[in-house]
Amino acid sequence: MDTQNISLLEGREKQVYEKKNGQTEVDIACDTTSLSGSVSQRACVFCGSRVVLYPVADAIHIVHGPIGCAAYTWDIRGAVSSGPELHRLSFSTDLREMDVIYGGEKKLYRSLIELIDQYKPNAAFIYSTCIIGVIGDDIDAVCRKVEKEKGIPVMPVHSEGFKGTKKDGYKAACTALMKLIGTGSTEGISKFSINILGEFNLAGEAWIIREYYEKMGIQVVATMTGDGRIDAIRRSHGASLNVVQCSGSMTSLAKEMEEKYGIPYIRVSYFGFEDMSKSLYDVAQYFGESPEIMEKAKEIVHDEIRHYYPEMQKFKKALTGKKAAIYVGGAFKTFSLIKALRTIGMSVVLAGSQTGNKDDYRRLKEMCEEGTVIVDDSNPVELSKFILEKGADLLIGGVKERPIAFKLGVGFCDHNHERKIPLAGFIGMYNFAKEVYESVMSPVWQFAPRKGGIK
Amino acid sequence: MLLRHTTKEVKEREGLTINPAKTCQPIGAMYAALGIHGCLPHSHGSQGCCSYHRSTLTRHYKEPVMSATSSFTEGASVFGGQANLLQAIETIFAVYDPEIIAVHSTCLSETIGDDLQQITKKASDDGKIPQGKRVIYASTPSFVGSHITGYANMVTGMAEQFAVSTGEKKNQVNVIAGWMEPSDMREIKRYAKDLGANIVLFPDTSDVLDAPQTGKHEFYPKGGTTAEELKSTGDSKFSLALGCISAEPAAIALDKKCKVPFETLDMPIGLSATDRFIMSLSKAAGVKVPAEITSERGRLVDVIADMEQYFHGKKVALFGDPDQLIPLVEFLLDLNMKPVHIVSGTPGQRFEKRMKEVLERAPYANFKNGLSADMFLLHQWIKNEPVDLLIGNTYGKYIARDEDIPFIRFGFPILDRIGHSYFPSVGYSGGLRLVEKILGALLDRQDRDAPEEKFELVM
Repeated sequence: MDTQNISLLEGREKQVYEKKNGQTEVDIACDTTSLSGSVSQRACVFCGSRVVLYPVADAIHIVHGPIGCAAYTWDIRGAVSSGPELHRLSFSTDLREMDVIYGGEKKLYRSLIELIDQYKPNAAFIYSTCIIGVIGDDIDAVCRKVEKEKGIPVMPVHSEGFKGTKKDGYKAACTALMKLIGTGSTEGISKFSINILGEFNLAGEAWIIREYYEKMGIQVVATMTGDGRIDAIRRSHGASLNVVQCSGSMTSLAKEMEEKYGIPYIRVSYFGFEDMSKSLYDVAQYFGESPEIMEKAKEIVHDEIRHYYPEMQKFKKALTGKKAAIYVGGAFKTFSLIKALRTIGMSVVLAGSQTGNKDDYRRLKEMCEEGTVIVDDSNPVELSKFILEKGADLLIGGVKERPIAFKLGVGFCDHNHERKIPLAGFIGMYNFAKEVYESVMSPVWQFAPRKGGIK
Repeated sequence: MLLRHTTKEVKEREGLTINPAKTCQPIGAMYAALGIHGCLPHSHGSQGCCSYHRSTLTRHYKEPVMSATSSFTEGASVFGGQANLLQAIETIFAVYDPEIIAVHSTCLSETIGDDLQQITKKASDDGKIPQGKRVIYASTPSFVGSHITGYANMVTGMAEQFAVSTGEKKNQVNVIAGWMEPSDMREIKRYAKDLGANIVLFPDTSDVLDAPQTGKHEFYPKGGTTAEELKSTGDSKFSLALGCISAEPAAIALDKKCKVPFETLDMPIGLSATDRFIMSLSKAAGVKVPAEITSERGRLVDVIADMEQYFHGKKVALFGDPDQLIPLVEFLLDLNMKPVHIVSGTPGQRFEKRMKEVLERAPYANFKNGLSADMFLLHQWIKNEPVDLLIGNTYGKYIARDEDIPFIRFGFPILDRIGHSYFPSVGYSGGLRLVEKILGALLDRQDRDAPEEKFELVM
């Protein structure tokens, strides 16, 4: 089947690519804003900032704007905390018409004071929304004032929704984090120490990863931002290495920390046996002067795989030959998922992301098999079309994709905010295989019209 | 515990909302627009708005929710969003081919001064709207009202922009649905059918947000009020508005434009409100109430009588949306229960006035709506005066867990249970469902807490 035969949204031809014989150049147009009038699956700058900073559990997160932005992001992401849970409350200045006319600075100031007095947080993040960018509230000045009066860090997050894409929101979040980093004491930090970046502790995943590294004898100074704490972030510049997951969100922070504090970084992924093992080995290799660390890493990988691999064979047996479609936020995750799916015998017929860049798509093309469709910033019409035409048995995506998969009669795995079980780590690979198996093999599909239904 | 931070002492807050009992206007407009057949809602603002609304509606309905966005950029926010909207209209008709586009504004597009009426007119003048297709609009800045008023604005837009008076009255009654579930809308139509009343219900999200599994992704599911039906509302002999906040403004608009007289009713939740609805509809349509409906009512009364001892004096805290809270509070009073705390983030004097009328029978009740009427306040009230039951959307589960209170999910959004799309809470049958839920929650609790010697088999 030819992509030319699929009716695509005009202007989207450059964001869809099908790997075919004799076609080697991939030049997907990405990093662009979506076309006006498209039914895009993407979100905004604010969303990007909010997801990155949200898991910092001992800070106040106040959304400065009308109520919606706070309401829609109230505890929708299962980023769990081992202690305080301030991040799960919803704070908003709930701007009204008069505030829009006369400005919202005073309201923001009063709200901050009330909140800080009441909750005694270790810091506060103030998110500006679209409207703040238009009415011109000087939130930096308010933050400085409150910081002075209350003696805690108060960080503005410039996340006006229209000022770019979700990626720009990641950047704004990283800018806010950079203000914190370097303000704490680095006493007691070992030279074998890392920060875990881009791990948000959904379903407790950061705890799993942290435990592996600690077993290797490595000190984890800060996880950013899963189960995050202000004090840990403030002293994270004392770590020897930044280990970055989730290509989109935290690479800019790692780069800044390298520039400012000379901390090198490596990019890793914790999804799938292959990438999980590599992320332990890469760190061990970095600390090569201590061979024990590598020994330990090998031991962990060996033990974990020996534990989970045999268990997974029944899933693999059932799933071999089944086809998957992937549409997730970051492209880096797509790479891992392709490998993880291969481990359980599945091939990938559609791979796409909301925020991949040119390099990502080039690499994706190399990894994919013939006939795989690659998309950037896709929409429901495209996704449904490709899923049906390519005969996928599974869709991996987020909240908006789930019901589409189920309407089409194919299995689904949420690899986004709404995952309920950890999918990272070795145990995560087992969970992933199990979840995919349960959904793809569910007896419900035999009742679906596409697979038979009432005859 | 998540909400352990909530303090008992209620302090006056200055412009801070903690755990809102509302959300913003645009999502209401989007929900209403989904109740028009073949309609693609369009969010004129940043990409995030559209994405958040679709995600929230999807979480509530477990259904795909389609809507387009103007995808504002920095340029649009400086030079105005006209170019974006014009391009969007062209793109949408070319690619997604809806019958109707229903555009709603956002805080951003309103603040920079985009005029939807003018832009849609320009789209029409420039020939960007194909023959036979329509673009309607509603102004829904997020810094005014709540999701409920946003819904009302879009429904009013339907009445104003579709209804035509041909001068020839039809033997037909408009029933304007306040914000209710697809199951409720289906049930309203069932009552009309059983009564033999010829109605146009708008909007109508049944068969849109409760669609069957077909093996296909229907971009425009089969339900929704059609453009023809909406047009004909101008010739109807009467309108019934179900809800003084979310439905009445559309009835007023119809009266103004096409001289269709109307009556505003509470949403038919519970016994009394359903009685009024059935009587008003039968009167407006000139039909008699059939014996079957009378029996249905009788069954509800019978069940309430059978179990009356369990309702008596039970204290209830509620939060949610005006048009649902008003009849629900009335129903609780009919059940001899005590609605002691009521909170809604939706502002408005019309709401306050009507709720106070209903609360004349409950002078003890705490009621607050609008600014700072949030779930933090509700929680504080509960700490000061504990309750036996909490009724509200999914976000109530934190309070329910923290205070160990039986909890019934009701309202929007419900993110963790199913049922609201399929089982109505309007009408006598809906009343029966509510009674079943209330009793289930109260009696489960009684069973759980009963000492062994008082653990009863027959209740």
